[in-house]
Amino acid sequence: MNSLYGELQWLPRAPKDFAERLKAASGAGAANGSPGRELQALANYALDLNRLMKLAKVIEKARAGGADLHPLVPFRLAVLSNATVDLLTPALLASGARHGIALEVVQPSYDQVAQEALTPDSKVNSSKPDAVLFAIDFRALPLRLSLGDAETAAATVEGVMGYLQALRNGVKANSSALCIFQTFAPPAETIFGSLDRALPGTMRFLIDAVNRALAENALQSGDVLLDVAGLAETVGLADWHNPLLWNMAKFPFSDQFMPLYADHVARTVAAIRGKSRKALILDLDNTVWGGVIGDDGLEGIKIAQGDATGEAHLAVQRLALDLRQRGVVLAVSSKNTDEVARTPFEKHPEMLLKLDHIAVFQANWNDKATNIQAIAEELSLGLDAMVFLDDNPVERGLVRQLLPQVAVPELPEDPAYYARTLAAAGYFESVAFAAEDLKRAGFYQDNAKRVTLRNRAGGVEAYLASLDMTITFQPFDATGRARIVQLINKSNQYNLTTRRYADPEVEEAENDPEVFTLQVRLADIFGDNGMISVVICRLNGQGEWEIDTWLMSCRVLGRKVEHMVLGEMLRHARSAGIRRLIGTYKPTERNKLVIDHYEKLGFKKVAEDATGMTRWEMDVESANPHEAPMKVVSTGFAVQERSPA
Amino acid sequence: MEEAQIYARLGEVFHDVFDDDSIRVAPDLSAKDVDGWDSLTHIRLILTVEKAFKIRFSTAEVGKLQKVGDLVELIKSRV
Repeated sequence: MNSLYGELQWLPRAPKDFAERLKAASGAGAANGSPGRELQALANYALDLNRLMKLAKVIEKARAGGADLHPLVPFRLAVLSNATVDLLTPALLASGARHGIALEVVQPSYDQVAQEALTPDSKVNSSKPDAVLFAIDFRALPLRLSLGDAETAAATVEGVMGYLQALRNGVKANSSALCIFQTFAPPAETIFGSLDRALPGTMRFLIDAVNRALAENALQSGDVLLDVAGLAETVGLADWHNPLLWNMAKFPFSDQFMPLYADHVARTVAAIRGKSRKALILDLDNTVWGGVIGDDGLEGIKIAQGDATGEAHLAVQRLALDLRQRGVVLAVSSKNTDEVARTPFEKHPEMLLKLDHIAVFQANWNDKATNIQAIAEELSLGLDAMVFLDDNPVERGLVRQLLPQVAVPELPEDPAYYARTLAAAGYFESVAFAAEDLKRAGFYQDNAKRVTLRNRAGGVEAYLASLDMTITFQPFDATGRARIVQLINKSNQYNLTTRRYADPEVEEAENDPEVFTLQVRLADIFGDNGMISVVICRLNGQGEWEIDTWLMSCRVLGRKVEHMVLGEMLRHARSAGIRRLIGTYKPTERNKLVIDHYEKLGFKKVAEDATGMTRWEMDVESANPHEAPMKVVSTGFAVQERSPA
Repeated sequence: MEEAQIYARLGEVFHDVFDDDSIRVAPDLSAKDVDGWDSLTHIRLILTVEKAFKIRFSTAEVGKLQKVGDLVELIKSRV
C-alpha cells in the first residue's frame, strides 16, 4: 500500500503529548476563551481513525458546551449513504477542524438515501444543511449489465443520472443546500479483463460513463464533485475495496482510507468556504534544485535533465509552474545571499522557474518566519493562505511553531517524492475555476520583489532551544579526514580565508603539535547533521594562535554554532597558555557573508588593507563568548601542557 | 509471542479504542462488560488489533470471537 496517501504523510506525526493536549483542550470548555485554534492545531497531525474519533468527541463537547470555535468556520454537512458511515462521521468532524471548519455532521439512519432526499420533512431536509454529501457507492445505483448492447447501456446510464437528478431535486426543493456528488469507484473485479473497459454494458463501462456524465454535469449545474473514483484509482482499487469489511459491516471502502477520505471531504468543504490556500513559498537549496547554490555554484547544483536528482527537483519546479498557471502565487524564502540565490534563475539553462514567475523573492540570512510574514503582508494575503515547501526539517519546525497558520508539508527523504507529496496534500483544492484564476498570479506583478524586513517574528530563540542540540568537538583524526578535506575544498560562503588543503596537508595538521585543529559536529532533535565546521589554528612566534582556517556549513547558520566554536577554542587556548587569537578575513567573490564574523564574535579589528582583507584580535584571558543552549561534547584531545614561546 | 506480552499490548489497544484507561483486559471480558462495545466498536477493535499485531483475521475467525480469551488464542496462533 502506498503509505503517502493512506497515512497522510504530508502531515507531521502526532506528538507524544497528544493525549494530554487533547485532555487539556477538553477541560478548557467554554470558560477558557476560544479552543478553536488549539483544536485546529491538534487536527493538524496525521491521525488514525481512533485519534480522529477522540478529537471529534472533544470538538463536539466544546460545541455542546456553547464554546465559540472561532476561527473555525461553521458548516453543516448532511451525509447520505447506502453504506455504514458511522466511523466516517467523527473522522469528518476532526478533519474539518484541520481545514478551519467547525463541521456539524447530520447523519440519518442507515441506507435511507432516497427517503431522506425526497421527503420534505426528513431529518436531513429539516436540518437545513449547508451541503448534502451523496456518499453512495456503485452498489446503490440501478446498474444492469447489458453486455455488448450499447443502446441498453446508454439507457442504463440515463437511468442512473435520472435517479441522481431526482435525489438532487428532492434536496433542492426542500433546502438550499449545495449538493456534493461522488464519482463511483468501480469494483476491482472484471469479467472479461481488458474488454470490460471497451465493451458497452459491462460494469466498468457503465461506471465510466456515469462518472463522465457526473463530471460534465458538475461544471454546468453548480453542484460540487468529489472524485472518489480518482481517489480510489490513486491508492489502488484493490486496496480501496475491502470485501471482508463490506460483508461484515457494510463499510463502503477499506478503513485504512477513511482518514484520507475524510480529509478530502474536509478539503472540499473548506474550498466551498473559500479557505483553499493561495500562495506557495519555496525554499531553494535542495528543494527547487539539488545542492546548495552558495557552495556548489551554477555548475554544481543539480537541475539537469538526465540526472535523477535533477529530475526530481525539476518536477517540483514543474508543479509550481502548473499551480501558478491556475492562479497560485509563487514566492521564494531562501537562506542565501540575494544575488547568489537569483543566479540560477537568471543564468542556468535548465531552470524552468524564472524570476518573472516569482512575486516576492526573499533571499537573506534572517529567519524564515520573519520572511514569510513579510511575504504575506506584501501579497496582502493571510498566513492561512500560505504553503511553505522546505526540505529542511529544522526550518519546517520553526515555521510551524512560530506561524501555525502556514501549511508546511512534511517531506520524505527522497526528493523524487517531493512533488507528489505537495500535490497529495491538496492545499489548493478548488471547487470552481474561472478565467480570472488564470490571470491571478500576474496581478501580483511578478517582478521577484524584495521586501525589507521590519517586524521580527518572536520565538526564534525559544524554538532553537527546543531542538535539543548537541555539539561535538574533536581534533582532526584519520576517521574525519575525508570529510574535513571535503569541507575545506567546497566551502565558499562561510569561509574566512578560503585556504584549500589536500589530504596530505590535512594529515600534517593532524600530527603537528603546534597546530590546533577542530572538527565540529552538530546533532539535533531531527538527527545528525554530521560535520559542519572546521577550524585550524597555528602557533606563531608570539605565543598566539593565528586562525588559519575557519569554515562552517551554511545549513547551521543562525544557531550560534560559531559562538560555541569560539568558546571551545578559548578553552583550549587557555589551557595551552595562549595569550591571543588572531583572525583574518580574506574577501572572495563568495564569502561576503562573513565580513563581520569576527566583529560579531567580539574581536577587535587591528588592520585593513586596500583589498578589503581585515585582521582581528581577541585577548584570551578577558574573552567572554556568548553561549547557546546546547550540550557540549569535547573528546579526543590530548592534555596540553605547553608554555608559550 | 508470550501470553503476557499479548495481554499487555491488547490492554493498550483496548485503552485506545474505548478511550478508557481503566479497562482491565481479562480472558472473560466480553462486550456485555464494557460500555460502548457495540458492533461498530467491535469492528474498530478488530481492525486496531490487526494493526497492532500486524496480522489479519478471516471472516470466520472474527465471527467466532465471544470473549477476550478467544481473541488471545487467535493472536497466539498467528504471532
